[in-house]
Amino acid sequence: MTRLNGRFTLRRGGFLLDTAFDSAGPGVTALCGPSGAGKTSLLRCLAGLEMPEAGTLSVGGEVWFDAERGVSVPPQRRSIGYVTQEPSLFAHLSVEDNLLYGYKRLAPSARKTTLEDVVDGLGLKSLLPRRVTNLSGGERQRVAIGRALLRSPQVLLLDEPVSALDVAGRADVLRYLRLVLERFAVRSVYVSHDLREAARLANEMLWMEGGKVVAQGNARDVLTDVHLPFAELDEAESLLDGVIEGHDEQMGLTRIRCANQALWLTQVEAPVGSSHRVQIAARDVSLALSAPGAVSILNVLEAKVSDLVVAPRQPAQMIVRLDVAGHPLLARITRKSALALQLQTGTPVWALVKSVALAE
Amino acid sequence: MNAALDLTPLALSLRLAAVTAVILLILGTPLAWWLAQGRSRVRFLVEALVVLPVVLPPTVLGFYLLQLLGANGPLGRLWSLLDVRLVFSFTGLVIGSVIFSLPFVVYPLKGVFEKVPRAQLEAAATLGAGPLDRFFSVAVPASLSGFLAAGVLAFAHTLGEFGVVLMLGGNIPGETQVLSIAIYNHVEQLQYPAAHALSAGLVAFSFVVLAVLHFTHSRTKAAT
Repeated sequence: MTRLNGRFTLRRGGFLLDTAFDSAGPGVTALCGPSGAGKTSLLRCLAGLEMPEAGTLSVGGEVWFDAERGVSVPPQRRSIGYVTQEPSLFAHLSVEDNLLYGYKRLAPSARKTTLEDVVDGLGLKSLLPRRVTNLSGGERQRVAIGRALLRSPQVLLLDEPVSALDVAGRADVLRYLRLVLERFAVRSVYVSHDLREAARLANEMLWMEGGKVVAQGNARDVLTDVHLPFAELDEAESLLDGVIEGHDEQMGLTRIRCANQALWLTQVEAPVGSSHRVQIAARDVSLALSAPGAVSILNVLEAKVSDLVVAPRQPAQMIVRLDVAGHPLLARITRKSALALQLQTGTPVWALVKSVALAE
Repeated sequence: MNAALDLTPLALSLRLAAVTAVILLILGTPLAWWLAQGRSRVRFLVEALVVLPVVLPPTVLGFYLLQLLGANGPLGRLWSLLDVRLVFSFTGLVIGSVIFSLPFVVYPLKGVFEKVPRAQLEAAATLGAGPLDRFFSVAVPASLSGFLAAGVLAFAHTLGEFGVVLMLGGNIPGETQVLSIAIYNHVEQLQYPAAHALSAGLVAFSFVVLAVLHFTHSRTKAAT
C-alpha cells in the first residue's frame, strides 16, 4: 500500500506547520487533533495546494515535493482525490458531469474504476441528471467523494468530510464512505477533529498538536495510550475487532467474540461470522479486583493493568490501560477507587463493561 | 426630412462598437483574470493604468493617442511602413475606443472572476485540470453574467464616445464620422430635427440595452 512520508515547514501568518510524518498504511490513516493543530494545512501540503518553505514529500516512492531540489509536482499532476468539508461541486454541471470531471482528465490507462462502479457504491444513480444546486448536503458530499474516487487516486485526502452536515447527513455519508473505502481499497488520509468518527474508519492514527504530529501508530494503540492527551477526553474509547458469534433473538442481544472473550451488545443486523469493530467508551469501564458475583453488567473481562496515570487536567480521575488478552482497553475511574484497589502496573483485574457498541 | 436622414454614421458607430467590444473581450479577459488572481506586486500600477481613461478627459487621451499614432509619432511611423494610417481612419478609432473603454470591460470581469470560489479552482486542480483548463472549465462558466455585462458596456460606451473620436478620427463621412460626431455636426448646422432623430435613437437604444443588462443580471442573481 502507498506509503506517505516526508516533512513540511510551512508558515502562514502566525501559524507554523513544522513536522515530519511517515505513514505506511494500509487503508485509512486518521489525522486527528484539536482545531488549529494544522491538520488541514498538512493535508493541503499533501495535495500540493500549499507550497511549504522547506521539506520533502514522497508518496508510494514517488517524489512529489522536495524544496531543496526545487521539485514541486502541481496538484493536477498528483494522483490524489481531495474532498473538503464544503463540497466544491461545479454549479454549472450536472451531477454526472461533476463526477466525470476528473475522470475525463485521466488517461484511459490510468482509470481503475468506472462511473457505474462509483455510482453504485455511493448510491448516486437517481441523482445523475440532477443539478448540484438542489442536492442535500449529504448528497453533495457523496457526489464529491465519487468525483474524487473516479480520479483513481493513489491517495484519497478527506478533510472533515462530514463535519458540516446534520446528524442524518453525517450518518448517511459515513455509511457510504466506509463501504466505498473498503470496496475500492483506497489508501486514504482522513482529517477529523472528532476522534470517535475517525476511529471508526481508521487503521492508523496520527495525532497533531501545535503544527506537529506528536503521536502515531495503530489506531487501537494510539487511542489507548494513557500518556496522550485524548485518553483524558470525555469521548476516550477503545476499539476491539471481533467476529459475530450469534444472536439471542429472545433477549434482543448479539454476541461478538473480541480479544478471545465473548461480549454482548444490543442486537445488531449483521450475519453470524461477519467481522466488526466495536467501541467501548473509557467511562463505561469499571474495575474490580475479584470476579464479581451478581451484577447487572453482562460483559466482564479478565484483564491486567498495563499502564495508569492521573488525568492531567482532571486530577480526581485516573486513566487506566488494561491488557485484555493482548488487546488494549481503556478505563476511567476515580483516583480514590484506584487507591482503594491499590492498582498498579501488572495488577490482575476484572473489567466490567457497561456498554459495547458497534463502531458504525 | 426624415427621408433625407443619412444613417451612415449610425452604421459606422454600430460597427465600431461591435469591433471594439470583441477586441476588448479578447484583451480584457486575460488582464481581468490576472488582476483578479492578485499575486503580482505590480498589480496596483496596472490597475491604475486601466482606470485612467475613466478620470481623464477624453480629449487628453485623444491628444496623446494622436501624438503616439500620428504620422510623426513612434507607433504611427512604424505602421506607416506597412502603409497603414492609424489616425483619421477607422483603425485609429478602434485603437482609441479600445483604450477608452478598457475599464468598462476589465472591471465587470474582474468583479465576477474574484467571486469564483477559490475552493472550486482548487478542486478542479486536484481533479487534474491545469491553469488554462481551470479557467475555461470553471471560471468562465461561473462568470457568464460578467462577460455579458462587459460586452454590453463596452459596446454602449463606445457608441457614446465623442472626445477621443474627434481628436483621433476627425470627421470623415463613412470612415470616421460616427453617430456622436454626426449629431454634433447637425447641431452646428442648426439641423435640429436630424440631431433629434439621432439623439433620441441613441438614448432609446442605450436605455434598452442597459435595461436588458440589468434584467438578466437580476435574473442570474436570483438563480444562484
